[in-house]
Amino acid sequence: MIIFVDGQEIEVKQGENVLEACLNAGLDLPYFCWHPAMGSIGSCRQCALVQYQNPEDTRGRIVMGCMTQVTDGARFSLNAQNATEFREAVVESLMLNHPHDCPVCAEGGECHLQDMTVMVGHRDRRYTGKKNTHRNQYLGPLIQHEMNRCITCYRCERYYRDYAGGSDLGAQASRDHVYFGRHQEGVLESEFSGNLVEVCPTGVFTDKPFLKHYSRKWDLQSAPSICSGCGVGCNISPGERYGKLKRVHNRYNHEVNGYFLCDRGRFGSGYINSDQRLDYSGLKGAGLKSADATFAAVHQSQAIETAAGWLQGKKVLGIGSPRASLESNYLLRELVGRSNFSSGFSDAEAAVVRSIINIQKTTVATNPTIKQMESADAILILGEDITNTAPRVALALRQALRNKSFELAEQLGLPEWQDAAVRNLAQDQLSPMVIVSAMDSRLDDVASQLISLSPAAIADFSCAVTASLQGQESDDKRVQQVANMLSAAKRPLIISGSSMLSANIVDSAACLAEALQAHKQAAQEVMLSFCVPEANSMGLGLLVNEDKRPLRLSRLAKKIDTVDAVLILENDLERRLSQSELDLIFSGKTRVISMDLLENNTLARSDLVLPVASYAESQGTLVNAESRAQRHYPVFEPAAERLCSWQWLLQLAAVMEHKKLAGIAHFDQIVEACSKSQPIFADLTAVAPDHSFRDRGLKVPRQTHRYSGRTAINADVSVHEPPQPTDCETPLAYSMEGLNRDQPASLIPYVWSPGWNSNQSLQKFQAEVNGPLKGALKHSGAGQRLIKSTQQGLEYKLKVTHPRMQKGRWQLLPMHRVHGSEELSAYTDEIAELAAQAFVALGETVAEKLGVAEGEMVVVSTADQEISLQVKVLSRVAKNCVGFSVGYDKTKSLRAGDSVALRRDKSWQPPQVIATDRGVASNGC
Amino acid sequence: MSDQEIIESDLNTVLSSEEIAEIDAELAHVPYKSGAAIDALKIVQAQRGWVSDQSLQAIAKYLEMSAEELEGIATFYNLIYRRPVGDKVILFCDSVSCWLCGCEDIKQKISERLGVDYGETTADNRYTLIPVPCLGACDRAPVMMVGDDLHTHLDKQQIEKLFADSKQSDKGGQ
Ligand code: SF4
Ligand code: SF4
Ligand code: FES
Ligand code: FES
Repeated sequence: MIIFVDGQEIEVKQGENVLEACLNAGLDLPYFCWHPAMGSIGSCRQCALVQYQNPEDTRGRIVMGCMTQVTDGARFSLNAQNATEFREAVVESLMLNHPHDCPVCAEGGECHLQDMTVMVGHRDRRYTGKKNTHRNQYLGPLIQHEMNRCITCYRCERYYRDYAGGSDLGAQASRDHVYFGRHQEGVLESEFSGNLVEVCPTGVFTDKPFLKHYSRKWDLQSAPSICSGCGVGCNISPGERYGKLKRVHNRYNHEVNGYFLCDRGRFGSGYINSDQRLDYSGLKGAGLKSADATFAAVHQSQAIETAAGWLQGKKVLGIGSPRASLESNYLLRELVGRSNFSSGFSDAEAAVVRSIINIQKTTVATNPTIKQMESADAILILGEDITNTAPRVALALRQALRNKSFELAEQLGLPEWQDAAVRNLAQDQLSPMVIVSAMDSRLDDVASQLISLSPAAIADFSCAVTASLQGQESDDKRVQQVANMLSAAKRPLIISGSSMLSANIVDSAACLAEALQAHKQAAQEVMLSFCVPEANSMGLGLLVNEDKRPLRLSRLAKKIDTVDAVLILENDLERRLSQSELDLIFSGKTRVISMDLLENNTLARSDLVLPVASYAESQGTLVNAESRAQRHYPVFEPAAERLCSWQWLLQLAAVMEHKKLAGIAHFDQIVEACSKSQPIFADLTAVAPDHSFRDRGLKVPRQTHRYSGRTAINADVSVHEPPQPTDCETPLAYSMEGLNRDQPASLIPYVWSPGWNSNQSLQKFQAEVNGPLKGALKHSGAGQRLIKSTQQGLEYKLKVTHPRMQKGRWQLLPMHRVHGSEELSAYTDEIAELAAQAFVALGETVAEKLGVAEGEMVVVSTADQEISLQVKVLSRVAKNCVGFSVGYDKTKSLRAGDSVALRRDKSWQPPQVIATDRGVASNGC
Repeated sequence: MSDQEIIESDLNTVLSSEEIAEIDAELAHVPYKSGAAIDALKIVQAQRGWVSDQSLQAIAKYLEMSAEELEGIATFYNLIYRRPVGDKVILFCDSVSCWLCGCEDIKQKISERLGVDYGETTADNRYTLIPVPCLGACDRAPVMMVGDDLHTHLDKQQIEKLFADSKQSDKGGQ
C-alpha cells in the first residue's frame, strides 16, 4: 500500500495511521499526545497535515495525522502552508501559558516541547498577557511536580491510569485550568510512576533524585546497560557525571521492556553513590576473627598477594552469586574447581531455579518474551505477586487484558491505535485472568477471579486443573472454571515463579502447560513463563545445572572446617543461611575472603574484603528469566580501588599461576572460555559485539557530541587536563567522537538524532514504530536466548509435599516488595523511604484474634528467634498463612515456610504525635 | 476562609441515609456505579451546599471509584462547588449577548453592592458570585440567576432592589 506525502511515494502498512507512516518514512511530523505504546486520541492537534481528495484537489483540508488511517493512494502534504501555519499556531497557543523557564527546567535539553517548538518554527511570542499558574503537589520522593509547564496532552493520565493501572493521578478541572495531579498531595502509589518522567513531553513530571545532583542530558556519559533489579532484565541507559551515577533512563528493547521500566529499575541505583560502598580492600589484623575487629585498608596489590597466599595450594571453596555476572561466577568456579564451587543460592532457591531451567529445556509450551505475553488472551497466575517479583511483566499483563477490547474493536473495523474509541467500546471488559496465590497481589484489581491457597494447595489446584483437562472431573467448581478458561483461549499464558520458593508450584505449572498444549493440539500456542529471584539467577543456575551433585550452600557450611579458605563473590550470606550455619562459616579457622559492593554483616565477619564495581562500572552478562543473555557495559570507571569482580579473579589467578586460567587476561576471553565450557553457553559470544567492534573504523562514544567541560571537569583538583580513560575491553569509548548513529542494538548508549533531543528520537532508531531497533536487524539482535527447548516434554511424577502445621502456628510466606525486598536498591535513600518498615501481613480474622490493627506490632516467633514486626492487614489470605516483607534487614533471618507463632507485642506503644508534627506531616516538598 | 477552617467546618465524612437512598435510586439506572457520579455529587451538594474533600471521598468510596477519578468529574463541572458557597449562588452571565447589552456595568454594581468579586462570598455568607457563559436567555439579556430564580433585563435599580436587605460590605469590591 502506498500514500503520497508532498508528492513523495511512501510505502505504508495497512491499518496504521498517517503519523506512524510519516515517522516510519523518516519524515519529521511533530506530535505530542500520540505515544507509540498508547496510540492516538487526537487531543493536541500538533500532528496536523493537509489531505487532498484526489490529484486535482489543490486546497485539501487539515487532518490530524495520528487520527487518520492510511488508505491506498491517499495524498497528503506536510509542507503545505496552511499545515505549517497550523502547526506553528498550535505551539504558539501552548506557549501562552507555558513558562519561560527552560534554563531552570530539568527537561531542558531533552524536551519534546522544545524540539517541536523549533521544528514548527515558532520563535517570537506575541502574547503579552499573564500566564496561568498552578500549585504543585508533593508526589513522594521519586517524582517532582511542576504543573505550570503542562501543555495538556493527557499523556500522563493515559499512561498512569489506562496503561499502568494506577488510580491516584488524574486530570482535574477544565479549559485553561486543567490540572494533572492527585486528589490530595501524597506519594504516588504506582510501582511504575517513574515512566511519567519519560512520557510527559515537558518538565511537569521530572526525576526527583536526579534533581538533587542535576546535569543536562548532553553532559551525561552513558552506556548500554541491563537493570540488575530483578530477573526481567530490562534494558537501561544509566547516565554519569562527576563520578556519580546521575539517573537511569529506559533503553528500548522491543522484546523485553519496550518503552517502560519499573520504579526499582529507574530509581533503585542510588546505592552506587552510597557512602556505604567499599572503596578499598580491607584486611583484618592477623588472627582477628570477630565482627567488630577493624579492617586496615590495603593496596590492591597487597590484597591480591594476601589472598593468593591464602588460596594457593590450599583447599578452597567458592561461593557464587545470582546478582554477579555470568563471567564472574564462571571465573570463580574455574578458580576453585567445579566440585568446590557452590552457586550461592540458598538450598530452596537452588531447587526452584533448577526446576525452572529443566522445564524451559524440555517444555512443549512456548517460553514467551514480554512482548509475546502482551498477546495472551487468558492468563493464569500461580503463586506470584508479579507486580512485586517481576514488575515489568505485570505491566505487560495489564496490556494483555486489553485483548478483549481489541477483539471487539476488530469486529467493528476499529484500529487498535484509536485509543479513546477502543476504550469506550470495551468499557471495563477485560480478557480473563485468574490469580491463584496465598494472599493479596497488586494485580488483584484486574483479575477475573481470585483464589487464595497456600503454596502446597496451589500446586494441588494446578494439578487438579491438569487432571480436568485430561478428562478427570473435579468437585471444585473453580477447577472446572479455570480449565474452561484455558481451553477456550487462543493464546493462554500460565505464569508462575520462584517467589514462594516452591518447586512444587513451578512443576505443577509445567504439567498444566503440557496438558493444555496436548489438549489444544499444535494449532494454539500455550505460553509458560516464570519469574526468577535475581538478575542473574538463570545464568548462575545454568552454570551449575549440569553438576551431578551440586555443592549446596548448607552443605558447604557444614564442611567448612575441612578447607583452608572460602572465597565469596557478591553474596550476603545472611540472606540465605541460618545464624548457626553462618557461625560455622565465620567462627572456625577458615579464612574468608569476600568481594562485594556495600557494607553488610558478611563482609564485617570476613578476614579480607575486596571492593567491587557495580553493574554501572563494570561489564558483564546477565541471563534473565526467559534465559536471554544480555550484556551491560561500564558507564564510568570504578573509583578508588574498586575493580570488577572478574578483574579481581583474573588478577588472583595470575598471581596464583592458575593453570586453567593462565591464558585469560581480558573480558572477551572469559566469554570465549565460558561459551566453550558448556554447550548451553555456545551463543554467549553472539550476545553483543566484542571489544574489537568497529564501524567505519569507529568505536561507540559514551559521551554526546555536545558534552561540555571535558577539559575543566577536574579543574578544582588540577588544571592539567587528564587523559580520557582508554577502554580496551569493550566496543565503547570514553569519548565524544565516534559512531553516534547506526549502532548495533546492544550498543546504543543513549538516543539522540538531529532535531530530536528528547527520548522521542528513539523512533529514528527503530525499524518502524514499535518494531525492533534497526541495529538489531543489521547486527545481532537484542541479546541471545540460551535455552532452546527440546520440546520433548518432561515426565512429571509430581508429589506435592504438604507442610504439617501444628495448632496455633502459621506458615510464614514471603511477600516481595518492589521497594525494599531487593538487596542493593534498598541502600538507595528514596527506595528505603518507600520501603518503610518491615511487616508481618495477617488476614482480618487473625488480626482480630490477636487484637491488633494495621500499624500495630506483633511478635513473630520461629523455632529459634522472636521478631517484632509491624502489622499489615490483608484483604485475602489462604488458611493458616501469614506473610512477611521478605528481604528487609529486619526480616533477613526469616525463611519462607517457617512455622511461626504470633502474639501481640505488649510493649508496643502508639507513637506520640506532637502538635507541631501535624502541620508538616504531609508537606515534605 | 482558610483551608484549616474549611476542613473543620465540614466533619461530615459519611453519607447520610437520605443521601444514600437518593444515590441508590440513581444507581438503578446505570450499568456501572461510576455512572452515577455526577448525580451523586449533585445529591450531596444539595444536602450540604458544597462538596468538601471529605464528602468527595465518601462518595468515591460508595461508588467504588478512586478519589482522583471523582475529583476529575467534580472539578470539570463548574456547578459542582468544591469550596463553600453562600446560601445562594449568583450565576452571572458574562457571555456575548449579555456583554453586548452592558452586563459589565451590572457586574460592577453587584460587586459594589455586595462587596464581592467573582468567586467570592459575601461576609454575611448569603451570596457567592460566579460568572457563567450564557444562561440560554440571550433574548432577555443581560441576565443572571440568584439561587433558582432567573432575573432578566437587568439594570442597576433592579440590583439595588434585589439586594436591598443585604448589608453593604465595607470592602466595596471591584
Ligand atoms: S503533565 Fe505532561 S504529560 Fe500530563 S498533560 Fe501535561 S504535558 Fe502532558
Ligand atoms: S522489572 Fe526488574 S529488570 Fe525491569 S526495571 Fe524493574 S527491577 Fe529492573
Ligand atoms: S499527536 Fe495527533 S493530535 Fe496529538
Ligand atoms: S449570553 Fe447571557 S444568556 Fe446567553
